[in-house]
Amino acid sequence: MAGKTLYDKLWLSHLVEAREDGSALIYIDRQLIHEVTSPQAFEGLRLAGRQPWRRDANLAVPDHNVPTDSLERSGGVAAIADPVSRLQVQTLDENCADFDIVEFEINDVRQGIVHVVGPEQGATLPGMTVVCGDSHTSTHGALGALAHGIGTSEVEHALATQCLIQQKMKNMLVRIDGRLQTGVTAKDAVLAVIGEIGTAGGTGYAIEFGGEVVRNMSMEGRMTMCNMSIEAGARAGMVAVDDTTLDYVRGRPYAPRDDLWERAEVAWRELHSDDDAQFDRVVVLRGEEIKPQVTWGTSPEMVLPVDGVLPDPAAEENPTRRIAIERALQYMGLEAGSRITDIRPDRIFIGSCTNSRIEDLRAAAEVVKGRKIAPGIKQALVVPGSGEVKRQAEAEGLHTIFLEAGMEWREPGCSMCLAMNADKLGAGEHCASTSNRNFEGRQGFGGRTHLVSPAMAAAAAVAGHFVDVRAMQE
Amino acid sequence: MKSFKVIEGIAAPMDRANVDTDLIIPKQFLKSIKRSGFGPNLFDELRYLDEGEPGKDCSDRPLNPEFPLNLARYQGASILLARENFGCGSSREHAPWALEDYGFRCIIAPSYADIFYNNCFKNGILPVVLERDIVDRLFREMYDTEGYRLIVDLPGQFVATPSGEQFHFEVDAFRKHCLLEGLDDIGLTLQSAPAIRDYEQRWREQSPWLFDVIS
Repeated sequence: MAGKTLYDKLWLSHLVEAREDGSALIYIDRQLIHEVTSPQAFEGLRLAGRQPWRRDANLAVPDHNVPTDSLERSGGVAAIADPVSRLQVQTLDENCADFDIVEFEINDVRQGIVHVVGPEQGATLPGMTVVCGDSHTSTHGALGALAHGIGTSEVEHALATQCLIQQKMKNMLVRIDGRLQTGVTAKDAVLAVIGEIGTAGGTGYAIEFGGEVVRNMSMEGRMTMCNMSIEAGARAGMVAVDDTTLDYVRGRPYAPRDDLWERAEVAWRELHSDDDAQFDRVVVLRGEEIKPQVTWGTSPEMVLPVDGVLPDPAAEENPTRRIAIERALQYMGLEAGSRITDIRPDRIFIGSCTNSRIEDLRAAAEVVKGRKIAPGIKQALVVPGSGEVKRQAEAEGLHTIFLEAGMEWREPGCSMCLAMNADKLGAGEHCASTSNRNFEGRQGFGGRTHLVSPAMAAAAAVAGHFVDVRAMQE
Repeated sequence: MKSFKVIEGIAAPMDRANVDTDLIIPKQFLKSIKRSGFGPNLFDELRYLDEGEPGKDCSDRPLNPEFPLNLARYQGASILLARENFGCGSSREHAPWALEDYGFRCIIAPSYADIFYNNCFKNGILPVVLERDIVDRLFREMYDTEGYRLIVDLPGQFVATPSGEQFHFEVDAFRKHCLLEGLDDIGLTLQSAPAIRDYEQRWREQSPWLFDVIS
């Protein structure tokens, strides 16, 4: 019998009930809750007269709507200028109080983007099943967990039953061999993967990221890769547990200690695919061949190396794809045949659950240190992923580097990744963004997003146009 | 949840691949704490020429005259014909809420994003998967025939065209059962409460560090 994949192991260890119709009841260890996708779930519990199955399995934090401007933020929830956003954050506070769920409130130093906070606090751990009403829940798979986004009905279901009804996914291994070049990051690697398999390439699969490049990657880098599994269509991405994982988890506030740590470590060491495990699909990339990536269109698969030239729809034979290229070029205000390095961003956004951890801020700071943002840049936002990331960055003096370069240093939250708060693009504006989605209107009505790594966003801020960051680092 | 058995209705097009949930319902409308009332903002950025805001009265906003749902021939549509990877991106259930609130009970496409596909079944919407060639044909027939209507039969698992042609589709047995009966699946899962408690007790003994930590 063939061995098991990491996903197989996580699935089997959480299987409560396998049903004849092919569905299964899967136990959920941790649910993360934020203000946007939870109000209707709590309302559902109230209407049915239900209580959470296990209150200690849940952790809540407001992130999508919170202001990042220091002045507005300092007044707490009551000072949120947008009344609709304010009501949503207040509703989370009230629901957590009513149902006795632990919440890191708006100005708690532990507050931040839910997918930064979970691993940072040890609230998400190896071997867990983790869900959240947010598609980027795949991030937590970097710890060797089974983590995926769910809709609000399932948020309510997980609250009420501690389980989800699931169908088992297929297994995909994405292996990146060799090494990444200096200046090429996890973000570039995952964008290259999405460019390779397409935005629906992972639909129906759980992706395990492996290979020498991933083994040598920091936890922050692995989180960036797993975060964007969903942009390849896969609800869950994951990485096997190794010393890097254990070193990251040890000592976190909610991580086990002493004897429990010893026991946990024994169990966690098993969280890898067996040597003879069978994957339904294997995709292999060479690390050395990956260049810094920049998206040019309105889907994450519309991505090119920084020295690339925009595609000509006339050369595309598949009619669906030809129309998609034409429409994307039109929406983005770009011409076929022009160069990535000719694109001049109006704004820069460094943040989001993809790239707002300390390593990301260090990489951006290294590029802008001693430099100024280009005169054509209207705004360059740096938004740390959590209060803890902010504190660490300030202890290292990174905020001073950003401020001296002419960038803005903000309070933690989702911010311009999806523009639910005041941080947004104007119509027609281009943005070099470290976030995860370049969909039409994502960062603001008519806004034009180019997804890049933190170092590439910083380089574009300084140069005033996209540029190969490797040239600036020499 | 509304049950779904057989529906007959006008089909309308969403003729592009990779339609994401940001396009189905833009983020500013996600600030609502209700699960109804999203219909007027379905496909907001394509449907209107101005920028939509929560609370804005949509009845006097400028319509995009080229957007199919604004054309007289597609008014009252309850079936949406779509392309590959419909519903990709964000997990927001506001997307099926908006489709349902507008009046769509069924989507027909060659493929869907996983989370969106699952969310549809929780809201009385049937996402039908048909092969690309068949979906192409349905698109062509719809464009050629004003008032083009389809029948979607869940018990029989087929889509029927006006000429009487039938196309079989697959649907998972458990989801079909829930949709036919309009079942609340929390109630169903709670029937397994003893099994959940047994599992939980074993898991707690095996992995005690996962319990009673956040409190």
